[in-house]
Amino acid sequence: MDFGLIISSAIKIVGFVFLMLMPLIAYIIWVERRFLALIQDRVGPNRVGIPWTKIGLFGLGQPIADGVKSFLKEDFMPDHVNKFYFAMAPALVMVPALLTCAVLPFGRELVLPFLDNPIPLVIADLEVGPIWIFAIASLGVYGIVLAGWASNSKYPFLGGVRATSQMISYEIALGLSIIPVLLIFQHLNLSDIVTYQSENGWLLLPMWGEGWTVERWLYLIPAGIAFIIFVVSMFAETNRTPFDLPECETELVAGYHTEYSSMKFAMFFMGEYAAMIIGSGLAVTLFLGGWSLPFGLDGVVAGWFLESAWFSWLPALISIFTFFAKVVCFMLFFIWVRGTLPRFRYDQLMKLGWIIFFEAALLNIIIAAAILMWGKSPV
Amino acid sequence: MATVTVKRPKLTLAEKLFLPGIIKGLGITLGHALRALRGQKKVTMQYPEEKWDDNLPEHYRGAPALVKDEHGRERCVSCQLCEFICPPRAISIKPEEIPAGDQWAKVEKRPREFEIDMIRCIYCGMCEEVCPEQAIFLRKDYAITGISREEMKHDKSKLYEIGGVRIGLVNKWNDLK
Repeated sequence: MDFGLIISSAIKIVGFVFLMLMPLIAYIIWVERRFLALIQDRVGPNRVGIPWTKIGLFGLGQPIADGVKSFLKEDFMPDHVNKFYFAMAPALVMVPALLTCAVLPFGRELVLPFLDNPIPLVIADLEVGPIWIFAIASLGVYGIVLAGWASNSKYPFLGGVRATSQMISYEIALGLSIIPVLLIFQHLNLSDIVTYQSENGWLLLPMWGEGWTVERWLYLIPAGIAFIIFVVSMFAETNRTPFDLPECETELVAGYHTEYSSMKFAMFFMGEYAAMIIGSGLAVTLFLGGWSLPFGLDGVVAGWFLESAWFSWLPALISIFTFFAKVVCFMLFFIWVRGTLPRFRYDQLMKLGWIIFFEAALLNIIIAAAILMWGKSPV
Repeated sequence: MATVTVKRPKLTLAEKLFLPGIIKGLGITLGHALRALRGQKKVTMQYPEEKWDDNLPEHYRGAPALVKDEHGRERCVSCQLCEFICPPRAISIKPEEIPAGDQWAKVEKRPREFEIDMIRCIYCGMCEEVCPEQAIFLRKDYAITGISREEMKHDKSKLYEIGGVRIGLVNKWNDLK
């Protein structure tokens, strides 16, 4: 029994999921309310501070208030629902969303002076990183289906059915759009992908290391298209505007979570935001270099600090900050799009998923393969 | 009627792709967000600190109150018209006779108890409109709060307290010159 591995994994799980991811979810909800309000020419919640004091923190205490409300509100189960599935559905949405974060590398290796080997900052270093994420995220569809079905009333039913078909349709485009990334990195181990990108230029910014080749710059075309398809499919997978037909507030009362209250609703909400954060994390890892600083600064920082006895953990800390900064920028983009775009009509949504993105992703693979073959052929 | 055929407008390639339109839209919203961040264009008023009380129009309907005129006489004669017209029946009046030796004995009636339940009041202004004596007016205060239901029933003394004195009304009960 390798106690060192068990202890370090336990610390990573507790640290990443509970100390970094859950507070990030809570504060992303606050940022969404404030940023969306700014886009709409108004002010979001700006009064809640630290409770029982007069310290106002521009509304930063709002997640605490929301959490307390969720705990204290009455959590009822209506009589007309299918009780087993009704209770199970929120868990089926939240647990897969949190499970998928196990393969995201959130920092470079942590070098501590009293340890022999550096600790890799990823909870599970799987060889099949993105495939694990897609497989587990597909389980999240079950949660929404069950929520809609078990609620035994027409608005949640419609929301659940729409959500199911939407999420299934965009999973194809999601999976196919990753293939150009696979073609150029030749493996799917996320930590190795990020290490390669930190030395040789991000996929979308090949400006250092071995990135200055014609092949990499020509590869920006399929990589760019793959990025766009991936990001839009990620919007659709997480039921986020403009694809938020399942939970649109104007048409379906509240969609598939109409009949839910307090804690179960909070779990749906947290599951949705967790899926968004993990999706942005994956996009950042594959296309934007994960935890690495741009322009080869990573190597420079590592060179300064890794040798010193007192500060050998500093590059790891900087890389964690970089990763979360990039993820937060992505989330701001999600919120920005929510404030801008109107909702897709259902047939337009299906057409986009099955006809436009499917074909575009397939063509993209062909273009990417052609560029790589041209690069390897004796010219 | 002749039928009119309406053709869909022809979209250019850029419009069909939607992406240039989306990017332009993103630019507009970012402009709004940055302008709001710099404080230039927000429509929200921070309520307890900034109020709009100075801009309330003349006909604003706040809480009802009874008034006295410049002679110190309470103008209400308990005709109970407001009680009957009040839609949620918030007003309840018990009239009494003005005793014979009083200065205003010819008015004959005044309210013994006059109670408006502010929880029921809908601020419609019907009582002010129907009163033949110009005795009840709606003021401009809108934040009527209380801790208990008893506190929210304004009785006669409270109504006269918030009503005060109003001059310039028709004094039909004054003596003829």
